[in-house]
Amino acid sequence: MSDALQLTSAGRLRHLLSIEGLSKPLLTEILDTAEQFADHRNSRGKKFPLLHGKTVVNLFFEASTRTRMTFELAAKRLSADVLNLQIAASSTSKGETLLDTLKTMEAMQVDMFVIRHEASGAAHFFAQHAAPEVAILNAGDGRHAHPTQALLDMFTIRRHRPDFSKLTVAIVGDILHSRVARSDIHALRMLGAREIRVVGPRTLIPAGIEAMGVTVFNDLDSGLKGADVIMLLRLQKERMVGAFLPSTGEFHRDFGLTRARLAKLPPEVLVMHPGPINRGVEIEGDVAYSERSLILEQVEHGIAVRMAVMAMILGDTGATS
Amino acid sequence: MSATLIRNVRRLDPLAGTDSVGDLAFRNGVIVDPAQGAFDEVIDGSGHWVLPGIVDLCARTRDPGATQKGTMRSESNAAFASGITALCLPPDTRPVIDNTAVVIRVNRIAKAAGGAYVYMLGALTKGLEGEALAEISALKSAGCVGVTNGLTPVANALVARRALEYAASLGMTVHVVPLDAALANHGCAHEGAVATRLGLASIPVAAEAVAMRQWISLVEDTGARVHFGRLSSARGVELLAAAKARGLPITADVAAHQLFLTDAALEGFNALAYVIPPLRSADDRTALREAVGSGLIGAICSDHQPHELDAKTNPLPLTEPGISAVETLLPLGLRLVHDGLLSPLALAERLVHGPVQVLGLPGRGLAIGAAADLCLVDPAREWRLDAAGMKSVGRNTPFIGEAFRGRATQVWRG
Repeated sequence: MSDALQLTSAGRLRHLLSIEGLSKPLLTEILDTAEQFADHRNSRGKKFPLLHGKTVVNLFFEASTRTRMTFELAAKRLSADVLNLQIAASSTSKGETLLDTLKTMEAMQVDMFVIRHEASGAAHFFAQHAAPEVAILNAGDGRHAHPTQALLDMFTIRRHRPDFSKLTVAIVGDILHSRVARSDIHALRMLGAREIRVVGPRTLIPAGIEAMGVTVFNDLDSGLKGADVIMLLRLQKERMVGAFLPSTGEFHRDFGLTRARLAKLPPEVLVMHPGPINRGVEIEGDVAYSERSLILEQVEHGIAVRMAVMAMILGDTGATS
Repeated sequence: MSATLIRNVRRLDPLAGTDSVGDLAFRNGVIVDPAQGAFDEVIDGSGHWVLPGIVDLCARTRDPGATQKGTMRSESNAAFASGITALCLPPDTRPVIDNTAVVIRVNRIAKAAGGAYVYMLGALTKGLEGEALAEISALKSAGCVGVTNGLTPVANALVARRALEYAASLGMTVHVVPLDAALANHGCAHEGAVATRLGLASIPVAAEAVAMRQWISLVEDTGARVHFGRLSSARGVELLAAAKARGLPITADVAAHQLFLTDAALEGFNALAYVIPPLRSADDRTALREAVGSGLIGAICSDHQPHELDAKTNPLPLTEPGISAVETLLPLGLRLVHDGLLSPLALAERLVHGPVQVLGLPGRGLAIGAAADLCLVDPAREWRLDAAGMKSVGRNTPFIGEAFRGRATQVWRG
């Protein structure tokens, strides 16, 4: 379904809504394109003219700092004009529907919307209703997908472990509410990861997730045994309310990545987290910036990956400048 | 008034339990002996079926209260044209049907609208709030054929028990859509692989099973008659079978779409397939079909919920649930016949006789002297459901564009 919507008839990116439906060659092409931007970035100050004259609107219905910033930086480094709109959910209750919001902004000759919304399927909805010349880039929809986060995660992993077929990846924490987990699972599977595990208490593992090609572990130590990459997820504090967990303390005790736990694992194991981290909940503070952690690298790679996606959708030839 | 003779028609009489080919005649709204008298109109019924008009156990006309979604006129006429000569309106109109004044008002609107005859279920509790009993005796006197709290669960089991006792003492059946609110937790999809992959908040099967178990326990205590509406799961079917086997006065229906669709229909965030209770797994669908086939589930209804376009124009979780369904009730029923699940007579039983029994209405048959509430069906007519051709204001159906075989060609209200 999403593939038909997000790809052109020639199989090129028309929108980016979900990792699901992207082929391995296309995923690899995005990562390769991002490599070029990441290399250039080291030479500082370089701007690419690929999106010159294009207008990108960051339309965030949900609070975000790093994702919105990296999208903004990515668009600016591609020479696009960028507009940031943080829309409180309440302002759409003035009578204007989401569709009205989209159509109003389309009338301002916007070329791309980067959209984050709390409802799963929001990016699909916008793509279904967007004018033919307008592209939709999903920056997170509900629990469904966060494709650029998965792409930057794959980019980061690939830089350290180029061969996915040798990798066992453990995704730990609140899988139920995580769009990052879902997108990472699709990406890892398409890139051929040997084993994908999800690790967490039963209350935070959604029913039927095995159908996505993962193995479920309800115990951290067995879930981490033999893992090459540990992807931690942010535990939302509001999850305490719904009786998902008794306390953050108990979660940390059973599922938090502590220095002691890490010490038991082989030194080459990689630790990742999409941020922002909850110190003392899913991760012990000093593990976050340890030599094993790729957390800051992930943030940095977010810019190159988002440049790559924007360039592939809006630019004509990709990033071969 | 007129006199009509239908020749060589397959007569499906669910009241008598007969299925025969022959003539059928009616004059001035009453079925008469086809061998006597003259007829203004003679219809060649060969290849056609005639059955008593369909009784739809649950159809919302949105009137009064939400006429942007449908009016009594539009919806009762859409139903009538599709072979439904009587429909049962749940009380969740605005205002709620919880007092006689509203019953009188709805009756007046329905009378002016024409189309299908409108029966009403009264509210079980005032304002459907689940706290104080509605004036069930007065509602009965005003003509309500049962009571229900609709899609709003009665959270307090003591209130539910007293409501059952009170309704039972009046001989009123309590209609229940079994869905535990806490377990449903504002979800919008069946708990399973599809909801998980799409990131949709999910409703476990236990939401239905827990509610059914509670009501069944209360029936055990009170002996009150309960009708479970819109069953969605295999476990629900099991609970129904066990309760019936113990002789409890429990009946059930299923919405026609549950017999064809599964949660896979939500792929691509298809809001048209968003219904409450949700479309469930293929195994659930199989169990529901078997129960309809065996007669354990005695009635199929439309669960008609028309919506204006805006109600479905949003990301799926923000849309309103429900399918515009009166125009596909009989066509989907005919699919069950084409699929070999039901005989034509059994279909007439599920669409007419089962609902009539649930509502405690007089039997509907084809005997001489009976009301000529009739539906003539061409079971072989090939057609396609397109939005522009729909008579309902709501075009919100996942069956848009689908090919069907068979439909009502003429309908009469006696």
